[in-house]
Amino acid sequence: MANKLLIDAIRDTLISEMRADERHIIMGEDVGQRGGVFRVTAGMVDEFGPDRVINTPLAESSIIGVAIGASMHGLLPIAEIQFLDFIHPAMNQIMSEAAKIRYRSAGDFNCPIVIRTPYGGGVHGALYHSQSIEAIFAREPGLKVVAPIMPDDAAGMLRSALEDPDPVLYLEHKKGYRAIRGEVPENGYRVPLGKAKVVKEGSDATIISYGMMLIESLAAAEALEQRDGSSIEVIDLRTLYPLDNETILESACKTGKVLIVHEANKTGGLGGEVAAIIAEEAFPYLDAPIMRVCGPDAPAIAFSRPLEDAFLPTRETIGATLDKLAAY
Amino acid sequence: MSTTERGTTVRLPKLGESVTEGTIGAWLKKVGEEIEKYEPLVEITTDKVSAEVPAPVSGVVARLIAEEGETLPVGAELCVIDDGSGTEDHVEQPAAAPEAKAETPAATAPSNGHAHNGTAPSTGRDRPTGEAGAMEMLRTRSSPAVRRIAEEHGVDIQQVTGTGTGGRVTKQDILAYIDSRPEVAAEPISTQPQAAQTATPAAPSRMPAQPVVPPPAAPAPIPAQPPAAGRAQVFPGDQIVPVSAVRKQIAENVAYSERVAPHVTLWMEVDMTGVVAARSLAKDRFQQEEGFSLTYLPFVVKAAIQALRQHPRVNAVWDGDQIIQRKAINVGIAVGMDDALIVPVIKDADGRSIAGLARAIRDLTSRARDHQLSVDDLQGGTFTVNNPGTYGTVLSTPIIVQPQSAILSTEAVVKRPVVVDDTIAIRPMMNLSMSIDHRILDGLAAASFLADVKAWLEAVDSSLSLY
Repeated sequence: MANKLLIDAIRDTLISEMRADERHIIMGEDVGQRGGVFRVTAGMVDEFGPDRVINTPLAESSIIGVAIGASMHGLLPIAEIQFLDFIHPAMNQIMSEAAKIRYRSAGDFNCPIVIRTPYGGGVHGALYHSQSIEAIFAREPGLKVVAPIMPDDAAGMLRSALEDPDPVLYLEHKKGYRAIRGEVPENGYRVPLGKAKVVKEGSDATIISYGMMLIESLAAAEALEQRDGSSIEVIDLRTLYPLDNETILESACKTGKVLIVHEANKTGGLGGEVAAIIAEEAFPYLDAPIMRVCGPDAPAIAFSRPLEDAFLPTRETIGATLDKLAAY
Repeated sequence: MSTTERGTTVRLPKLGESVTEGTIGAWLKKVGEEIEKYEPLVEITTDKVSAEVPAPVSGVVARLIAEEGETLPVGAELCVIDDGSGTEDHVEQPAAAPEAKAETPAATAPSNGHAHNGTAPSTGRDRPTGEAGAMEMLRTRSSPAVRRIAEEHGVDIQQVTGTGTGGRVTKQDILAYIDSRPEVAAEPISTQPQAAQTATPAAPSRMPAQPVVPPPAAPAPIPAQPPAAGRAQVFPGDQIVPVSAVRKQIAENVAYSERVAPHVTLWMEVDMTGVVAARSLAKDRFQQEEGFSLTYLPFVVKAAIQALRQHPRVNAVWDGDQIIQRKAINVGIAVGMDDALIVPVIKDADGRSIAGLARAIRDLTSRARDHQLSVDDLQGGTFTVNNPGTYGTVLSTPIIVQPQSAILSTEAVVKRPVVVDDTIAIRPMMNLSMSIDHRILDGLAAASFLADVKAWLEAVDSSLSLY
């Protein structure tokens, strides 16, 4: 076991997997000498060489397109999109190509790529460096979308993603990189994709979240418990698509009260899908309406500090809705 | 209903769960008399109960609509009380009035805090609207979880003090109420269904049973927890096995089947000499050609199919006021796995030879064990064959897979001494256990069916083709 920052859990796993299997290659903007704008791939071009740690042009569609092609010729590419905000030019390659290759070829071909990309706000990144648009992808059959926030999950799920024979969009919270620390088991630790985790057990209400909002939700839960002794369960989704319906429903049935928290815009966000699943399958067990605390339906997280602060849910704003839910 | 009249229209309330109409007994007040809210207004008799209907408002009796001796449906107008309210203050939605005299008795009693003999769930038509309506719904119908718990334990939600939003009864409130009741008449979910007050089928949800939580102090570790109402006490060393979704579904299915279908089981002994010989002759070649071993099960399934063709009533489902005899013969084969029993279906099994049935059984069994069955594989069965005999049983009482009308179990083939032509012979004997739904089939029909299965099996000889 080692205590690591989120960024180091990711980096160390990348290095160990690159060493273990020379079919892995990393490709993205500034991943080589620069080591990535967040330093995730620092030093890797020195160890693995420019043939395996490849600086690409500023051309997202090509980054993914080339990765897809390489994966169908026997390589296991790890494509980096420098910020999730930049992924839009690559949509066609991801949605119509990568995600559909196995299905359209009736299993004759598969596309074992991992697309790594930083997402999320709270670092004064403004319009182009704060977006949380994962919901667009978290409905694409053939693609998996994961967003671990705890370092052990990040390491274990990255390993699983790298072994997955089909495309995985692996989201790394840029604020979390150097803000989240945790114990990471060594030696080939794996966490399965598609499984959520009950990070805190409780019986009176459930909070379902992911990313940095998971951290805020845990804080809100603890604050409420200190105040009135209630018992709040908190679930880290970890994988956004496919959702772990079983864990979600088991908790909803147990507590009967559910709050979903994400920083992404409320409308069309994952909260809606989770709420629909619960309403459909756990209706007889609900003791309150399903509530959501989300980013507002604003076009961007602004550069202006007060506007950025107003956008992101906090443990206080989450706590206010949690109070309402618990008292319902 | 007059639209220019002042006052509140009083309607016939629902005096019991299945009550659909009532007969006006005596009017206890005359036109022009004053009446207080809750004061008895009129006597109503139904086939279950006689009751005095109290006035929902205070005022003066303005007009009697229903006559003594008249029998009216629930929701029908009884009288008008002038309580100073305008025409728009009627307790029921005006739109519901023309439908109140219609056949279907869907209306609830006035929902302004007026208590009734029984819990009267409102139906869609008469649901109050608007913000006040929402608060009313919240207070009387609370939430799905509370309604479910109320029904399971026979509690009238309106008797419970609510501490939630708008005075709503919360899950904690009703659980605390149940805990504090002097006689614990509450039954745990899914036991003794015929003793319960309600007759609702098991919830379709496949979710785990609700643990009754102790009041919100720090939850005690398992060994020290006192049993909550209806739950077993847990002692140190006990192992708690959580109920998986599959086990929960099986539990609900079998409890439901036993509850709705009166099961009768019959047994028939079958001399399997012919089948044993036929199989013995064919097995090596079958193994070589098909790649798996031939068992007795496909023979029994074939016999059952032949009998189903002769006894279409056994290939039927119960549908309330009719029995549907299915044309397709889709035979479910019970497959046991760890802690679960699953029943995939061979569709149009009457189109298959014995070898074809063997292949289908093999395919479904291995796909079941690999969790590769599709939803379609599990649907559409019209008859089920189970084979506990592989584990050595000689008699069983199988439970019918709803909505089928019967199930057949094959027991172990055991060599026994039997009497043949007045001498003792050693024969491989196998019992067939058949449970029937006595709503659809009776003993004669079942015995005839079994006799045909037995006859077919006992007539098997080496000339039988597997293909």
